[in-house]
Amino acid sequence: MNRRSFLTASVAAGLATPALAADGAAPCAPTRGTGDLGLIIERATGSVLIVDTTTRAVVSRIDGLGDLSHATAVFGPSERYAYVFGRDGGLTKVDMLACRIDRRVIQAGNSIGGAISDDGALIVASNYTPGGIKVFDANSLAELASVPAIGANGKSSKTVGLVDLPGRRFAYALYDADEIWIADFSAGATPALTKFTDVGRLPYDANVTSDARHYLAGLFGEDGFAHIDLWAAAPKVDRVSSGYNAGRAKLPIYKMPHLEGWAESNSTLVVPAAGQHEALLIDLETMKEQGRIALHSQPVFCVARPDGREVWINFAHPDNDTVQVLDVFTRKIVHTFRPGPAVLHLEFTPRGHEVWISVRDADRIDIYDVRSREKKAELKAVKPSGIFFTSRAHRLGV
Amino acid sequence: MMRSLELALIATLSCAITPAFSADRSRELTALVREDCGSCHGMTLKGGLGAPLTPHDLAEKDAMSLAAIILDGVPGTPMPPWRGLISEADARWIAEKLKQGFPQ
Repeated sequence: MNRRSFLTASVAAGLATPALAADGAAPCAPTRGTGDLGLIIERATGSVLIVDTTTRAVVSRIDGLGDLSHATAVFGPSERYAYVFGRDGGLTKVDMLACRIDRRVIQAGNSIGGAISDDGALIVASNYTPGGIKVFDANSLAELASVPAIGANGKSSKTVGLVDLPGRRFAYALYDADEIWIADFSAGATPALTKFTDVGRLPYDANVTSDARHYLAGLFGEDGFAHIDLWAAAPKVDRVSSGYNAGRAKLPIYKMPHLEGWAESNSTLVVPAAGQHEALLIDLETMKEQGRIALHSQPVFCVARPDGREVWINFAHPDNDTVQVLDVFTRKIVHTFRPGPAVLHLEFTPRGHEVWISVRDADRIDIYDVRSREKKAELKAVKPSGIFFTSRAHRLGV
Repeated sequence: MMRSLELALIATLSCAITPAFSADRSRELTALVREDCGSCHGMTLKGGLGAPLTPHDLAEKDAMSLAAIILDGVPGTPMPPWRGLISEADARWIAEKLKQGFPQ
């Protein structure tokens, strides 16, 4: 190696290696990749844990992220930076390798989540107060655009169900206006907006299939889902699984179901029913309901194992100590177990050999072998909620 | 009939201002409000999908009507009835504490 190429290599290694940091700060990890890292929200203390899914260990705790109740995170394409959206409107860029906050802004009074554009350049936050979305430069967190959510009813609306779509586009729903909007930032910071009105009452959450074709919003104000086929020449809204509570009582809902992490499996979408102890099966070819699965209680998350064969489901308060496993192929519940009090979230390792489960009231993360169902490890965490692995960086709509 | 029901309700709800609870029950209810009500109203109770519940936001509401909302929910909204999971005394305690500034 000649001197010039050595220098180049050293500089390159130094950039990627906190251990060589000139300021002498203690490195959190030696030279390493990020593909087996993750971030866990500690909702009550405003902190996050950086975790290693290979060694099943906590790498570092980072404080100072504000109110993290209902916090979510997305990852930049290098898997080095996580963007954490806090309830208090805080948007925090976390350096997963240096284990520190890179940047942080307070972008709204009250926020619900966010997304990142397909090119990794734009971070979009979805807000309750004031309602609407805001767009930030992924490097600097400088604000690029603010798009209020004033519906046809003239009211400023909370925005929910924000997802990224290919081509620097984002879809989201207006909770207070019964609308779904698509914001296209391909031409710059001023978006081209496509608005769908009268989509159904009180859309509370939404998601998009991994092929960016089907956007589905759960409706709280009526039974069913608003659906848009985004591949259609002229996309329009139709209803899916309309009237699934017909003829029976809708149960009180002590925790709203989530569509994030929903299960696409074997040409079937598995989604939580609102107000029933059920998951609904929707045929992805016809977008018609094709069955219902009776469950332990009201589902919150229906999360597909990455290969799609199984869906792991947690439940609403007060039955939230239990997890059930649905075999999508046989349509049978094949396993029911009780990790502990207040199971809030589940996340599979990228190829699904293990699943991490946050057990809030036990202050614990449990790690299970997915096939043997055996617990492999427990990690201490303070009131853990969302678990986010870096492999999300390369999935659309998460 | 309506009037007598109202009176009965007022009598039921007003018999204790802030019910005395064991430290354990207070802790349980505090955790319930922060964690589980917090999933819609925010852990700091500054609101989310649900309305904010700080003393400032609740200044116009009296504790009795708040307790009634907690017990019976708000039809047409996601606010569920908590009757069955908590007692009327629990609801009164939560309502009073919300008005005063909810404990951590």
